[in-house]
Amino acid sequence: MNNKPILEIKNLKATINTNEILKNLNLKVHSGEIHAIMGPNGSGKSTFSKVLAGHPAYEVLSGEILFKGKNILELDPEERSHLGIFLAFQYPIEIPGVSNEDFLRLAYNAKQKFKNQPEVDPLEFLMIINQKLELVDMSPTFLSRNVNEGFSGGEKKRNEILQMVLLDSELSILDETDSGLDIDALKIISQGINTFMSKEKAIILITHYQRLLDYIKPDFVHVMRNGKIIKTGTAELAKELEIKGYEWLK
Amino acid sequence: MINQSNKTLNTNITKLVNQPYKYGFSTTIEKDIIEKGLNENVIRLISQKKQEPNFLLEFRLKAYKKWLQMKCPEWAQLKFSEIDYQNIIYYSAPKIKKKINSLDEVDPELLETFEKLGISLSEQKRLTNVAVDAIFDSVSIGTTFKEELAQEGVIFCSISEAIQEYPEFIEKYLGTVVPIGDNYFSALNSAVFTDGSFCYIPKNVKCPLDLSTYFRINDQQSGQFERTLIIADTNSQVSYLEGCTAPQYDNNQLHAAIVELIAFDNASIKYSTVQNWYAGNEYGQGGVYNFVTKRGLCAGINSKISWTQVETGSNITWKYPSCLLVGNNAQGEFYSVALTNNYQQADTGTKMIHVGKKTRSRIISKGISAGKSKNSYRGLVNITSKALGARNYSQCDSLLIGNLSNANTFPFISVQNATTKVEHEASTSKIGEEQIFYFLQRGISIEKGIELMISGFCRDVFTELPLEFAAEADRLLSLKLEGSVG
Repeated sequence: MNNKPILEIKNLKATINTNEILKNLNLKVHSGEIHAIMGPNGSGKSTFSKVLAGHPAYEVLSGEILFKGKNILELDPEERSHLGIFLAFQYPIEIPGVSNEDFLRLAYNAKQKFKNQPEVDPLEFLMIINQKLELVDMSPTFLSRNVNEGFSGGEKKRNEILQMVLLDSELSILDETDSGLDIDALKIISQGINTFMSKEKAIILITHYQRLLDYIKPDFVHVMRNGKIIKTGTAELAKELEIKGYEWLK
Repeated sequence: MINQSNKTLNTNITKLVNQPYKYGFSTTIEKDIIEKGLNENVIRLISQKKQEPNFLLEFRLKAYKKWLQMKCPEWAQLKFSEIDYQNIIYYSAPKIKKKINSLDEVDPELLETFEKLGISLSEQKRLTNVAVDAIFDSVSIGTTFKEELAQEGVIFCSISEAIQEYPEFIEKYLGTVVPIGDNYFSALNSAVFTDGSFCYIPKNVKCPLDLSTYFRINDQQSGQFERTLIIADTNSQVSYLEGCTAPQYDNNQLHAAIVELIAFDNASIKYSTVQNWYAGNEYGQGGVYNFVTKRGLCAGINSKISWTQVETGSNITWKYPSCLLVGNNAQGEFYSVALTNNYQQADTGTKMIHVGKKTRSRIISKGISAGKSKNSYRGLVNITSKALGARNYSQCDSLLIGNLSNANTFPFISVQNATTKVEHEASTSKIGEEQIFYFLQRGISIEKGIELMISGFCRDVFTELPLEFAAEADRLLSLKLEGSVG
């Protein structure tokens, strides 16, 4: 584990529609680490993920987000993505009329272009994506379906993980990827994430439940409440929370 | 679900649509003009200038009388200030110094204008697989590949020429599909039309080239009233394309056209339009008022008429390409993409009138509204008591971009016998900030994302377009929306 964090958030304050949601958030994540962020509804977890990815509806009032040592607050969501930030959406968006295959290839090629590497043609891409599909146990037929349209909850989440793997992002924020999954799907997704994880990568898991952490071992567990992190611990903390509830930390 | 800030979205959307109109230039040329205004004398003068046979003058005068008794229709979802018909020039033609024998003798200024529009008329550079009739303000300035077509017996010329050369066709068929008094604008057009295209495909001929008319409004004060008549005789086939542009003026030009199609037994006509009249500026000033009556008569058994339209221009579009399915087993189709932006208003759709037995119709309509525009689909499926075993399938989809645009669907269905099958599907979707953010988060640019969504949305219609048009249409739509989000 090197000493320079891949992500460092300092005193972050952010609002949406003049409601202050993040109030002095601080967090450090190093490559090779998995962080879990837990917390009651409305504590600001999803806002945190959106702000990190640069969603235009949120306004950052003060603070810094340093990604690989560079302040990214002024960067567009597109640029942040190219730099290696990936957000797995809590509610993946349906895009009618656009096939999953086209969407994935466009995303892949956008990244290739950013890295000054050659873009791939549809045939080459099919070879690449077919390998990744196995990782999340999805059938190639779903490539021809429209992005997330008519997907079951589990399929949508698997599609998010597929994209994460395809784009090979260095920092991935998974916003409640476990919610709405049955136990089999949860196992498949967790396996996919564990296979993907490496020394060069970092993952932030946003979750309500300890259940996910049985499959993916976090290095740190943070409890978020009222827009800031109020407690940080190890995997043990999640277990304790499961028994005692968030009220215990009040 | 996810909290959206309206403010951000709106600013993003405002940026979305302001691609300059690249056909906005005008041509300075010596013109032969009839003074502004409309009265019986003007009509007589038009007819005289065009040396028309008497029956046509009668036709015009009858139409004019009808028109005087009619009122501008108000049922459409369109708002516009009253049109001052006395403030319009009804005849404006480039002055021709001598009789033209070949296209290469046409005023270079005019050839250059069409060149600039991407329509080359000169022998060397013209499109090799499409015959073009080019119409400038009130008159046709030339038609390509005439001789080649004549060898197959195909007649393709301006309607003025047809009136001189083939008056028997004109007298027999003009106004039979769209009667003079059909509506306010058809009556107006019948009184004052100045040019347009005529096309006759003889029996058993599959027209070897796509035929095409390119309409250009140039004069600031003049209206364009063109008239197109296409007749496909027994067992014949033709594909026809229509394109239109106009210079950028801050007043509104009136365009009131009529297109009549007639298909006899086993004949098929495919009519495609890419309409890109000047749409007005981002505040809704200027642009063409487009009031068009298009109708096809499937007169014979197994005949087929297919309309495909991509409507991107005009300040106002009022247009319902329709099919009268009279022959048994006749087929009517309507494929439409209508894109409105800024303050554009479109009220467009189709009518499918089923008269013959086992007649079939298919309607695929895609409306895209951005900016503060209004986009309505209005359709009628009328299955009469004789149309036993008739079938219709309609699909009307609307796509909204941003929070300030408006989409309506008005489907009317009337079924008068129990042996028919009618299906109607409709959907409304929206390109919202969340979808765009999804694209961005995956590293895909806004332009690419929107292009992908629009072309996906329009796919069912674009596949119906002739090849030359399909690519053009795709490009045109993304141009129109470029910069409109984010």
